[in-house]
Amino acid sequence: MTYFEFLNEHGVTLLLGTVTTIKVLVCSMILYVIISMIFGLMRLSKNRAIQGIATVYIEFFRGTSLLVQLFWAYYVLPFFGISLEAFTAGVVALGLNFGAYGAEIVRAGILAVPKGQWEAAHALNFTPAKRIKRIIIPQIFPIILPPAANLTVELLKATALVALVTVVDLTFEAKQINSITWLSAQCFGTALLIYYIIARFALVPFLRWLEVLAARKVGKERI
Amino acid sequence: MQMGWRWDFTFEILPQMAIATLNTILAAGVGYAIALIVGLFFLLGQKTPFKIVNWINREIVEFIRSTPLLIQLFFVYFVLPQFGITLSAWVCGMITIGLHFGTYLSEVYRGALEGVPKSQWEACRALNFSTIYTYRRIVLPQAFPIAIPGMGNYLVGIFKDTPLLSTIGVAELFHAATAVGGYNYRYLEPYTLVGIIFLTLSIPAAMWVRKLENDVNKAQGKIKK
Repeated sequence: MTYFEFLNEHGVTLLLGTVTTIKVLVCSMILYVIISMIFGLMRLSKNRAIQGIATVYIEFFRGTSLLVQLFWAYYVLPFFGISLEAFTAGVVALGLNFGAYGAEIVRAGILAVPKGQWEAAHALNFTPAKRIKRIIIPQIFPIILPPAANLTVELLKATALVALVTVVDLTFEAKQINSITWLSAQCFGTALLIYYIIARFALVPFLRWLEVLAARKVGKERI
Repeated sequence: MQMGWRWDFTFEILPQMAIATLNTILAAGVGYAIALIVGLFFLLGQKTPFKIVNWINREIVEFIRSTPLLIQLFFVYFVLPQFGITLSAWVCGMITIGLHFGTYLSEVYRGALEGVPKSQWEACRALNFSTIYTYRRIVLPQAFPIAIPGMGNYLVGIFKDTPLLSTIGVAELFHAATAVGGYNYRYLEPYTLVGIIFLTLSIPAAMWVRKLENDVNKAQGKIKK
C-alpha cells in the first residue's frame, strides 16, 4: 500500500482527529491563561491565606504528572459523584496543570516591571485598579509572552495525552488506525507531521505575532 | 461496591506500588543518563563548522521538540519492528526519552556555553592556549554551574513524564496503578497513591533544584546576600 493510498483511505479520519486536537488546544489555552492570571496575582497577594492557597495549588499541579492528573479527573472524580465527559476532563486537567506553570510566569512578569512604574502610578494618584490595568498589565505582556509561547507549544504536545482518556483526537485516531491496519510508520509518522505543522506553521507564528503586538503597544519595536 | 477511601485496600496495594516506584526511579535515571549524552551529540551538531550539518541538526531538534513524546514513543515502539528491529518496551522507552529530552538538554548546554563571557576566550587566545585546553580548564568549569539548574529541571521533567511509558507497557508506577485498579475495579486509591508518591518525590527534588539555582546565582554574584 503506497502512502497516497493510505492518505486516501485514512486522511479524513486523521483530519477529523486534528480538528478535535485543535479544539482541545484552544479550550485548554483559554482556561490556562485565565487560571495563570488569577493565581499569578494571588501568589503576589499580601494576604497570607490567599498566597498560601495559590502556592499549594501551584506546587501540587507542578509536582505531579499530567497523566496522573488526567486519569484522576476522568476515573477518580466519579467516585466523588462528579462525572466529567472525557473532553471536559481533558481540558480541565490540561488547564489546571498548565495554569500552575503559567502562574509562575505571570508572577515573574509582574515582579519584572520596574518599581518606579508602580511608584509613578502612585504619585499620579491612580486608583489600584487603574494602576494594574493601565500601567502594569500593558508592560507585563512583552515580558511574559516569550516564556508563555514556549509553554503553549508544550501544551500542544500535552494535548496528545487526552487520547488516553478516550478523547477522539489525532493521537487516538492514529492509534486506532494503527491497530486496524498495522501501518505504524504511516499513521504515527503522519500524526507526528501534523503536530509539527500545527506547531511550526500555525501556533508559533501566531504567538510571535502576539509578541510583536505586545511590544509595539509599549513602544518597543523589538524582534 | 464500597464508596469512599478504603485504608485496608490502600495498605494491601502499597508494597506493589513501592516496588513499581523503584522502577519509575530507575526509568527516570536511565532516561536522564541517555538524554545527557544525546544532548552532547546535538550540541556537537550545532557547533560543527559545516553549515549543512548545523541546519539538519537544528531541524531535527526543532521537529523532536515540537511533537508529542507520546506519539514518539508509539512511533519507536511500533515502527522499529517493521524494519526488523524488535526492542523491548523498556529499551524503546529509554531511547525515546533520551532523544526527546536530549534536544532540550542540548539547549541547556548551548545556553551555558554562551553564558561564559567572550573575554574568557580572548584571554585564552592571548595566552596561546589550545582550544581543547581552553575548553577543559577555562570554559567548561565556568559553563557547568550555569547549566546545573536547567539540567536539574529536566531531571524532574523526565521523572514526571515517566508515566507515559506505561502506554507501551513498561511496568513503572503508573502501569502498576492501572493494573491494580483494573484488577480490583477500584481506581481511587491506586491513582491517588501515585499522585502522593509523585508529590513526595518531586517536590523535594524541585526544591533542591531551586536551591542549586540560588547557590549558582549567588556564586556568580547575581544575587547579593
